[in-house]
Amino acid sequence: MFPLNDNGMISGLLCGILFGYVLENAGFGSPVKLSAQFRLRDWAVFKVMFTAIVVAAVGLWLLRVGGMLKPDSIAVPQAALVAAAVGGALVGAGFAVGGYCPGTSVAGLFSGRMDALVFVVGVSTGTAGFAVFYAATLNALKSAGLIAEGDTFADAYEISDPVMIAILVVALIGVFFVGSWFERRKGGPVTAQEAVEGACPTA
Amino acid sequence: MNTPTSNPRIKPFWPPFVAGVVLGLVLLLTFVLSGHGLGASGAANDLVAGIGLQVAPEATRANGYLGPQVADGNPLGSWMTWEVVGVAIGALAGAFMAGRFRVQLDGERSVGAGSRVIKALAGGFLAGFGARIAGGCTSGIGLSGSAALGVSAFVFLALFFVTGMIVSRLVKGV
Repeated sequence: MFPLNDNGMISGLLCGILFGYVLENAGFGSPVKLSAQFRLRDWAVFKVMFTAIVVAAVGLWLLRVGGMLKPDSIAVPQAALVAAAVGGALVGAGFAVGGYCPGTSVAGLFSGRMDALVFVVGVSTGTAGFAVFYAATLNALKSAGLIAEGDTFADAYEISDPVMIAILVVALIGVFFVGSWFERRKGGPVTAQEAVEGACPTA
Repeated sequence: MNTPTSNPRIKPFWPPFVAGVVLGLVLLLTFVLSGHGLGASGAANDLVAGIGLQVAPEATRANGYLGPQVADGNPLGSWMTWEVVGVAIGALAGAFMAGRFRVQLDGERSVGAGSRVIKALAGGFLAGFGARIAGGCTSGIGLSGSAALGVSAFVFLALFFVTGMIVSRLVKGV
């Protein structure tokens, strides 16, 4: 019966190596490619994320209905909606300004990018800054807008998992159609060649 | 500073659908093995707590946020720390095997070295601070939380993309 709840070194290294290998091969070590999502020229970030979300959500659902995954056994982020909104906005702003998010900056650094090292230093400083300023205000923010009924759509809004997955599949198809349309209009996705050369002066 | 001619050693990126399917399977494996999803900013948190414990042990133990985390010992060596070490190894392998490893300050040519360093530092700070408010970043909340069909994950992603699009029109990061 899953999950195995193995939180040892080998489990962490294995999942991380696979994660990092996919991130780099998707092109997510390049701030040029990542930033192009916000300029709507390259939709790889949306496409890859939505596909991965649907694949993993379907897999978890199949394991659950097949009786191989214990119900309510996997971690779901707490439904603290104000904290999610404020945090999401800050991570999005940081992504636009710095060219990475915390995970992709590690992929960027280990494909040779020194600006990613600076970003990692920034992430650590921001984390330390949060700890220093952590007091009543930030603590209250973390629990504001908390949904008492539960953290998932099934628990909070009684939207069952298959219905949510169906909505996500429709959204996924939409992302591929809309994204490819924008990519054709805006000069196509950023190629590996362009990414390795680095941001060019005219971009 | 002309664009170099096409280098055949540089292999193309995976098509987004292929990368998405493989990432989804890796995420599923992570859930099945560990009981939770992938992450990244949590390792920065453990790093800060671990360094704090070495440099200023009393202040770290007294800190309202880090104190409870270091009560059971040094968080360096957690699953998340090892996972991010793995991300480094995996990305290095991916870049080398595809001829995409190149030491550079990406963005130096487009916005200038000084500007790029300041923007990378400021962007990192915002992302690190924001991730602590949300309790995770794009990987931990956005990707893993969405796959677990968590409500807050979709709120996170919506605000992440809307804010990112607005700010990218105001500031040229790279």
